[in-house]
Amino acid sequence: MNDPVKASRTKKVSFGDIYSKYGVMLILVVIFIAASFLSGNFLTQANLTNVLRQIVVITIVGFGGTFILISAQINIAYDALLAAIGCLACITVVKTQNVFLAVGVGILIGACIGWIYGFLVTFFNIPAFIVGLAINTIARGAILMITGGRNVSKLGNFSVIGQGYIGPVPIPVIIMFVLLAVCWVILNKTCFGRHVFAVGGNPGAAEASGINVKSVIRRVYVLDGVLTAVAAIIFMSRLASGQPSAGDGYAFDAITAAVVGGASISGGSGNVIGTIIGAAIVGVINNLMNLMNVHSYWQQIVKGVIILLAVIIDVQTKKATSKAKKD
Amino acid sequence: MSANHQEYVLEMHNIVKVFPGVRALDGMNLQVRPGTVHVIAGENGAGKSTLMKVINGQYAAEEGEIIYKGKVLEKRTIQQTIQLGISMIQQELNPIRQMTVAENIYIGREPQSLKGFVDYKKMYADTQELLDKLEIPFRSEEKLEKLSIAAFQQIEIAKAISRDASVIIMDEPTSAIADTEIEILFKQITSLKKQGVAIIFITHKMDEIFRIADDITIIRDGRWISTGPISEYDQDKVISLMVGRTITNIFPKIDVPIGDVVLEVKNLKQYGRFRDISFEVRKGEILGFSGLIGAGRSEVMRAVFGLDSYHEGEIYLHGKRVEIHNTKDAISHGIAMALEDRRAEGIIPDRSTRENITLANIRSFARKVLINSKKEKKEVQRMIDLLRIKVTTPEQLIKNLSGGNQQKVILAKWLLGNLDVLILDEPTRGIDVGSKSEIHSLMCEFAKQGLAIIMISSEMPELLEMSDRIVVMREGTIRGELQRNEASQEAIMKLAT
Repeated sequence: MNDPVKASRTKKVSFGDIYSKYGVMLILVVIFIAASFLSGNFLTQANLTNVLRQIVVITIVGFGGTFILISAQINIAYDALLAAIGCLACITVVKTQNVFLAVGVGILIGACIGWIYGFLVTFFNIPAFIVGLAINTIARGAILMITGGRNVSKLGNFSVIGQGYIGPVPIPVIIMFVLLAVCWVILNKTCFGRHVFAVGGNPGAAEASGINVKSVIRRVYVLDGVLTAVAAIIFMSRLASGQPSAGDGYAFDAITAAVVGGASISGGSGNVIGTIIGAAIVGVINNLMNLMNVHSYWQQIVKGVIILLAVIIDVQTKKATSKAKKD
Repeated sequence: MSANHQEYVLEMHNIVKVFPGVRALDGMNLQVRPGTVHVIAGENGAGKSTLMKVINGQYAAEEGEIIYKGKVLEKRTIQQTIQLGISMIQQELNPIRQMTVAENIYIGREPQSLKGFVDYKKMYADTQELLDKLEIPFRSEEKLEKLSIAAFQQIEIAKAISRDASVIIMDEPTSAIADTEIEILFKQITSLKKQGVAIIFITHKMDEIFRIADDITIIRDGRWISTGPISEYDQDKVISLMVGRTITNIFPKIDVPIGDVVLEVKNLKQYGRFRDISFEVRKGEILGFSGLIGAGRSEVMRAVFGLDSYHEGEIYLHGKRVEIHNTKDAISHGIAMALEDRRAEGIIPDRSTRENITLANIRSFARKVLINSKKEKKEVQRMIDLLRIKVTTPEQLIKNLSGGNQQKVILAKWLLGNLDVLILDEPTRGIDVGSKSEIHSLMCEFAKQGLAIIMISSEMPELLEMSDRIVVMREGTIRGELQRNEASQEAIMKLAT
């Protein structure tokens, strides 16, 4: 009886719809064009390759962060986890001279830490935010203790992962795009991906549909831990040394990338392609500010404003769509 | 008493309250005498809470007048109404548990010695005096977190008295407290009456009505039906006045041969919620579950479906005992449930109709780990056609569908799997009449195909017309079972209250 009304409603495209589909891409294009006008050095091949290499770690951590945000969770421990997992992989290399073993150990440790994170959240019902604070401090303290606060050096072939090239393309960039494909498939083409959206979108309905909500959340944290480990290995390998006090600011940049890319802070929506674009936006702005010699204090202020804007847009578009529904 | 008879503390004449599409109150009348208990009785949805919200100032009536202590009441806020001396004790009490009794009673109007500073000494002394006067056995310094819901009620009463209330409205005050606590509450009410306070008491429990009421007003479908001293009524009269409405024909029930027992539940018990629950449902049968809100119907079914745990009892499927610890177990045994609150436990609002339909059975579309989207889309389209779900495309977000279509999506979700038992909790609540009749005819089709259906409903006509058999629950136990031919509104109400 009210079919025509409904049909016209679905055809009407709102700002929220446009933004959620193409918004981040448009913002990236605009910033990209602006950057090439503002700095003569921006559009050189060397600089663009540099930007790509710089965003690799943020992007890969951001992929994990995207899964975490979609399932309505949060991980704020990336700073110290990058340092801890990266250094443990470096120590393995120094002890065994086996790069493959080091990568394996790093990933395994990442998965274990992820599982513990998820276990603390689901078993004891501790807010994820608090677990993140605690794990960040514990991981930082532990790795400083293990390394005695000194950098781990003499990594041999290990640095190929972060510094090598295949043809003209840096290896980390290749890894990033491979992981993009893997994460996209997991999120959009597997049962697990569906369950992640369901758990974040409405845990009650997910439970009532036979989904083990807590198990899904734990597996999301394990995946997040694995991705963090890969990022950590690339990070330390690029520096050619294990640095126990490195990693500051990465949690912030990764979560910003995911949120700018459309992951909702209240769960239930997000996508990894958006995250890589979000990371590119963050990367281009960082790069531009460096090229223009903007003071690092100012850089921090700008980054803080960016995440606030992204969250405000997320909340406002949500409000707009829910209002449209009521009309 | 008789001297007060002509003088009403609160009068309402021809109150009309309209919400978009419904006349929630249509010519409502009420006369409350001071120092009496005035019971308002009516079915779920009769308009009791709307009426109370018109009195306490939350809603403003479109027509009619309210006269309180001889003066006409105009539009006012809840706070202003309380200051006038009309307090309401909500069904769901929400005190600040970390605060003391006195702090809760004086919240927002704390006595002050110096502007801005709380005079704790006076506050605790005044509160203690008040509690002693009302014979409420708590100390004013006690924190609420240690006290029970019944205690919260008593404190609410004390709060109302501390504001010099002449009228106290109690919205189903006995629904959440134990029998012994009810005795204490009734004693309290008796002493309030002696002080001249009028109590408006909302309930649909028959035994309570006849124990506590001085006067009764019966309402139905937003209309005033009958008022008088309780001595002029008996139980049968109250029930027939409460339920006597004409039933429209939106129930296309078809007769289906009823087969073997599919699900049998024996002596199910969950501490504090329900006990001794035994019933069975057969192939092709629609088993209705009736009872007042809070009787434990949903709780039983949530336990059978594995959403909540049960402590004692057994569940048998096709004569074989099964263990159900979570919803996954239940679904793998062919038991599915469409829950009462679609928004909270039915749909994933921001996902497509397609994803919502395949949510519970997505594994059956997966080859190894990847979902076969071609097969998924085909099956989704088949369900959309079968259940006549109105969507522009299967990719339409479910939150943009009407309530009736959302409910059909939930039914489609379950029909995709291998189902033996379908439990429906208030399947047509909040759904327009057209979709209602469609969902009813779908239920009959499912039954015809051999499904066993359990339907919890608070709508009498739905229960009577759709069920082959009706189980009536009250206060966590099964009070009786009625065959289709012996079921009537009166028979159900007698068992349920």
